[in-house]
Amino acid sequence: MTYDILITGLIIVAQILAVVVPVLISVAFLVYAERKVLALIQLRRGPNIVGPFGILQSFADALKLITKENIIPSGSNKIVFILAPIITMVLSLAGWAVIPFAPGWVVSDINVGIMYLFAVSSLGVYGIIMAGWASNSQYPFLGALRSAAQMVSYEVSIGFVIITVLLCVGSLNLSKIVLAQQTVWFAIPLLPMFIIFFISALAETNRLPFDLPEDESTLVAGFFTEYSSASFVLFFLGEYASMILMSSMTVILFLGGWLPPFDVYPLNVVPGVIWFTVKVIFILFLFIWVRGTFPRYRYDQLMRLGWKVFLPFSLFWVVATSGFLVYFDMLPN
Amino acid sequence: MVLYSLTFYLFSSVAVLSALMVISAKNPVHSVLFLILSFVNASGLFVLLGAEFLAMILVVVYVGAVAVLFLFVVMMLDINFVKLREGFLQYLPFGALLGIVLVIELGILFLTDRSSNIYNNQTPLQPIVNEVENTKMIGQILYTEYFYLFQICGIILLVAMIGSITLTLRDKGGVKRQNIASQNTVNASTAIEKKKVKIGEGI
Repeated sequence: MTYDILITGLIIVAQILAVVVPVLISVAFLVYAERKVLALIQLRRGPNIVGPFGILQSFADALKLITKENIIPSGSNKIVFILAPIITMVLSLAGWAVIPFAPGWVVSDINVGIMYLFAVSSLGVYGIIMAGWASNSQYPFLGALRSAAQMVSYEVSIGFVIITVLLCVGSLNLSKIVLAQQTVWFAIPLLPMFIIFFISALAETNRLPFDLPEDESTLVAGFFTEYSSASFVLFFLGEYASMILMSSMTVILFLGGWLPPFDVYPLNVVPGVIWFTVKVIFILFLFIWVRGTFPRYRYDQLMRLGWKVFLPFSLFWVVATSGFLVYFDMLPN
Repeated sequence: MVLYSLTFYLFSSVAVLSALMVISAKNPVHSVLFLILSFVNASGLFVLLGAEFLAMILVVVYVGAVAVLFLFVVMMLDINFVKLREGFLQYLPFGALLGIVLVIELGILFLTDRSSNIYNNQTPLQPIVNEVENTKMIGQILYTEYFYLFQICGIILLVAMIGSITLTLRDKGGVKRQNIASQNTVNASTAIEKKKVKIGEGI
C-alpha cells in the first residue's frame, strides 16, 4: 500500500522533472537567442566568446550571478522580499503542468486546463507586487504599481479572447482545444483575436513595448532594482519561463498545438512535439522581433489601448462569434 | 485514500491558520497576503470535492483580480491597524454572536435530511468522476433553472458598477485631453505654417 504511494510519487516527480528541466534549459537558450537576434537587428555580433558562437553565454552569466553576494536591503520586509522571486519562479513553472506537448504528453490532463493556465498567469502579478512593496524603495514600488494595473487590465481582454476560442471548441480541456483545430487553425477564422491575444501576452509578460514595470530610463530596473545574485536569477528565469508559457498558450489556442499545418504525407509523419516546438519558437521569435523594432509605450497609451480598444473590440467579437455559431447552428455539442 | 485525507487536512488547516493570521497580523499588507493564501487553500478544497471549475473561478476572480486591487489599496493607504484594533473588546460580543449564529446554522444544515444522506454514505474525500464535466453541469443549471436569478445578479452588478463610476468620475476643469484620431491625421500641411520673414523686422 505505502509502496504503491511511493511508486506513484516517484513517477509524478519524474514527470515534473521531465517537463521542468527542458523548460529551464530552453530559458537559457532563449536568452542567448534573444541577444543574438537583437544583435542582428542592431547590426552587432552579440555574444560570441563563451563556447562555439557564444552558445554557452547564458550558463556563464547564470554562474556568475549565483556566485555573487545576495544583498537584502536593511529597510526591506525580509520574508516578503525573499518570497517574491520564489513565487514568480514557481508560478511560471506551475503552468507547465497542463500543457499538452503531443497527444498524451501532458503531466495532468485536467478538464479545466485553460482556466488553470489563466489562473496561474493572473497570479504572476503577486511576485512583482510583493517585490516592489517589500523592497521599501521608490523605484520598485512604482514599478509594482504599474505592473499591477497593467496586468489586471490586459487579463480582461485575454479572458474574452479565451471565451471566443472556447465557444468554438465546447470544452476547457487543452487537448480538446487542439483537436478541435484539425480542420482549420483558429488563427485563421479568429485572426483579430489572435492578434489581440499576442499583444496582450506581451503586456502580460511585461515585455517590450509594454515593459513599463521595469522601464530602465525612468525606473532604473523597476520592481527588481533592489535584487541581486540568486534572487535576481529567479526573477529572470521566471520572466523568461512565463514568456515561453504564454507562447505555448498562444500555440495551443490559435496555432493548432501539436498538429501539422496540413494533414498530408510528409508533414504528418513528423512527431507532434516537433511541430509544437517549432511553433513556440516562431512565437518567441515574434516576441524578440517586436522588442527589437518597437519603441516603448507611454503608460496612459498602454491603459488606453487595453481598456478603450481591446476590451470593446474583444467583447464585440465574443458576441459576434456566438451569434454566428448560433445562427449557422455550428455550436459544438 | 490516505493521500486524499492528508491533502484535505493540509489545505483546511492552512486555510484556517491563515484566516487567523489575517485578523492577527500587525502589518495590513501581511494580512492581505494571508487572505490570499486562505483563498488559494479554499480553492484546493474545491478541487478535492471535484468542483474544479469553482476552484479555478475562485483563483481567477478573488485571487487574480479582487485581492490584487485590495492589496493595491492597502499598500497605497497608510492604515494604522493598531488604532483600528482599539475597540476590539467593545466589538467582541457582537463578533462572538455572529460566530455562534454561523455555527448553529451549520449544525442545522448537518442535521437536516438532505445533507444527512451525503454524510451517512461515508464517501471518501476524493474527486468525483462524472461523465459530464462540472463546467457543463453548472452551465446547464444556471442558464435554465436559475436563469432569472442569474440575470438579476447581472443587473445588480451593473448598478454597482454605474455607482462606482459616478463616484469617481469628476469633471475637472483645465485638463488637457488627447484626441488620438486628430493627432494621427496631422500631416505637414496642417502642422507647419510657412511665413515670409522680412529682414530686420521679425514676426
